[in-house]
Amino acid sequence: MSTPQHPMPQAAPEWQAAPGSPYPTYTSPIPVVRTTLWHAVGSEWTKIRSVRSTMWTLGVFVLLVVGIGLLAGAVVANSSADASNANPLELGFFGLLLGSMCVITLGVLTTASEYGTGMIRTTMVACPNRGRVLAAKAIVFFLVAFVVTLVSASLVAFAHVAMLEGEGALEPTGEEWFKATVGVSLYIALLGLLSLAIGSVIRHSAGAITIMIGAVLAPLVIALFMFSQSLKDVQQALFEYSIPNQLSIFYANSLTDSGPSGWDPLWIMLAVTAAAFAGAVALLQKRDV
Amino acid sequence: MIELEGLTKRYGEKVAVNDLTCTVRPGVITGFLGPNGAGKSTTMRMVLGLDRPTAGDVRIDGRHYDRLKDPLTYVGALLEAKAWHGGRSAYNHLLCLAQSNGIPARRVREVLDTVGLTAVARKKTKGFSLGMGQRLGIAGALLGDPRILMFDEPVNGLDPEGIHWIRNLMKSLAAQGRTVFVSSHLMSEMALTADHLIVIGQGRLLADSSMADFIAQNSRSRVRIRTPQRERLLDVLQGAGITVVDPGAEVLEVDGDKSEAIGELAARYRVVLHELSPQRSSLEEAFMRLTAGSVEYHAHDGPPSGPRERPGPRQQWGSEWRKG
Repeated sequence: MSTPQHPMPQAAPEWQAAPGSPYPTYTSPIPVVRTTLWHAVGSEWTKIRSVRSTMWTLGVFVLLVVGIGLLAGAVVANSSADASNANPLELGFFGLLLGSMCVITLGVLTTASEYGTGMIRTTMVACPNRGRVLAAKAIVFFLVAFVVTLVSASLVAFAHVAMLEGEGALEPTGEEWFKATVGVSLYIALLGLLSLAIGSVIRHSAGAITIMIGAVLAPLVIALFMFSQSLKDVQQALFEYSIPNQLSIFYANSLTDSGPSGWDPLWIMLAVTAAAFAGAVALLQKRDV
Repeated sequence: MIELEGLTKRYGEKVAVNDLTCTVRPGVITGFLGPNGAGKSTTMRMVLGLDRPTAGDVRIDGRHYDRLKDPLTYVGALLEAKAWHGGRSAYNHLLCLAQSNGIPARRVREVLDTVGLTAVARKKTKGFSLGMGQRLGIAGALLGDPRILMFDEPVNGLDPEGIHWIRNLMKSLAAQGRTVFVSSHLMSEMALTADHLIVIGQGRLLADSSMADFIAQNSRSRVRIRTPQRERLLDVLQGAGITVVDPGAEVLEVDGDKSEAIGELAARYRVVLHELSPQRSSLEEAFMRLTAGSVEYHAHDGPPSGPRERPGPRQQWGSEWRKG
C-alpha cells in the first residue's frame, strides 16, 4: 500500500482541507440549491405522469367506477322493483370495490417498479435521504389517487341521485353525500398508500400486488367457509373488518349491524397504513438499495 | 476528493470489499482497476451511500454522501447501464433527476446535446441500444455539472468512436479540476486514460500509485535467450556478473535491457545462440500477474476436459449473484 505522493500540508488532516484545498477544485456556474422535500415531490410528479402504467391503471379505474356505477343505476332505475326508501348513493359501492384493485396496482408500482428497473439506484443517488424519497412518493401518489377517486365517485353519485329521483328514492343527507364522496375517496387513497408501503417493503411488483389483493379478498372468502359454530366469532370479525365491508360502511349498508360504523373504517385504515409506512421507512433506512 | 478508510463490505460469509484505504484526488483521472467481481461496483455503491459499509468509512470532501444537501451538483455517477424505467423518455428521465436537485430544466437539453441524444430525447429509453443507454447514464452524471464524477465501466457497449469520445470527455473533465473516478477491468483502457491507478482484487487493495510509477515498476524489460549450449552460457553470464532470473528448460531470461552485452559475450566465448530477443511485458500482463491470485472466475485454457480436471468446489456456483 503506497502513500499518496502529492504535497500535502502537514497540519491539516486530509478531509478538512476542502475549502483551502491545495488542489484546484472545479466550481460549477450552475447555482447550488439546498434540496428540500418539495424538490423530491416535483421529481416524483414528473415520474408518475411520464409512464404509461399510471394512465392505464387510472384509466381502467375511472372506467370501472363510472361504467359499473352507471350500469347499476340504469338497471335499478329500469327495474320494476321498488326503489323507495333506498339510498341512491349505495349503488356506487360495486364500481369502487373493483376499482380499488387499480389503485392498489398503481400504489405498488410507484415504489416496487423502481426496484425492477434499477431506477431506484438513480433515485437514491439523486436524493440520498431515503425517508424523503418515500414521503415524496406518498404525497404525490395520495393526491393523485384521492383526486381521481373523488372526481369519479362524485360523478357517479350525482348520476345515481338524478337517475333514481323519480323512483321514490330517499334524498341523501349532507353527511351521506360527504361520506360517499370525500370519505370513500380518502379510504381508497389510503388503501393505495398502504399498497405503496407494501411495495417498498416487498420490492417486487407482482408479489406486492398479490399480497394486497389477497388482503382485500381473503378475509371475506375465508369467512365464507367457516361453517363451524365454534368459529362464529372469528367469522363475524372477518366479515366486519374485511376491506369490502369497511368500504360499504361509507354507504351505510354494512353486511352486519355490529362492528365498525360511521367513520371507523377510515381510522382503521389510517392506523394500518401508518404502521406499514413506519415499517417501510425503517426497512428502507436499514437495507442496501 | 473521495477518501476511503478501511472500507469493508461483507455479504454473509463473503467479503466483497476488504479493508480498503485510498484517496481519489481532484484534477486527475483515477482508474479503479480489478478483475470481474473484485468489488469495484460495491465500493462505488458505498461511496454513493447505496450500500452501507460493514466497517470503515467513506467520505466526500469530509462528508458522508447522504449528508450532501445538493448531491447531483456535487457528485455525478454512472453506475450501471439502464438504471431507469424503460417506459419513460430520455428527456423525462433527466427532468425528474434535475427537479429532485433543483437543477434548471435547460440543463437537461444541454446534457442531451453533450452526449448526442437530442434526436431521441422524446423516445422511450426501452428501445435504446447499450451504447445509447451508456450515453444517457453519462448525461445523468453530467446533469448537475458536478465537481466529482464516478463512472462504473463507462466504455461498456460503446463503439470505437464512443470510446474515443468518453476518453476525451474524462480528460477534459479532469483538466477542469474535477475529480474523475473511473472503474474498468481493462488495463489497456486505463493505460490510455488514467493518471493514477488503484488496483483491487477480491476486495483488497493491490496497488495504489501513479500510472507512470505503475508502468515503470511493472513494465519490466528482459532478454530472452535460447541456446543449445545452455551450461556454457550460464557460466559465461555468471562470470560477467549477469544473473539469469528464469532458467527454464529451453530458454533463459535475463532482467534488464542487456541484449547487446549478452550478444557480445556470446560472440567472444563462441557460444551458439538460437535466439536473443529483448522483451517488454505489457501492462496487461503486469495487471494479470498482480491479480493472478485474486481472480474470481478463472477460465481454463484448452478444450473442456474430463471430470478429473474440473476445479474444486471452492467457489459455489451463483454465489456471486447477490453482489449484483
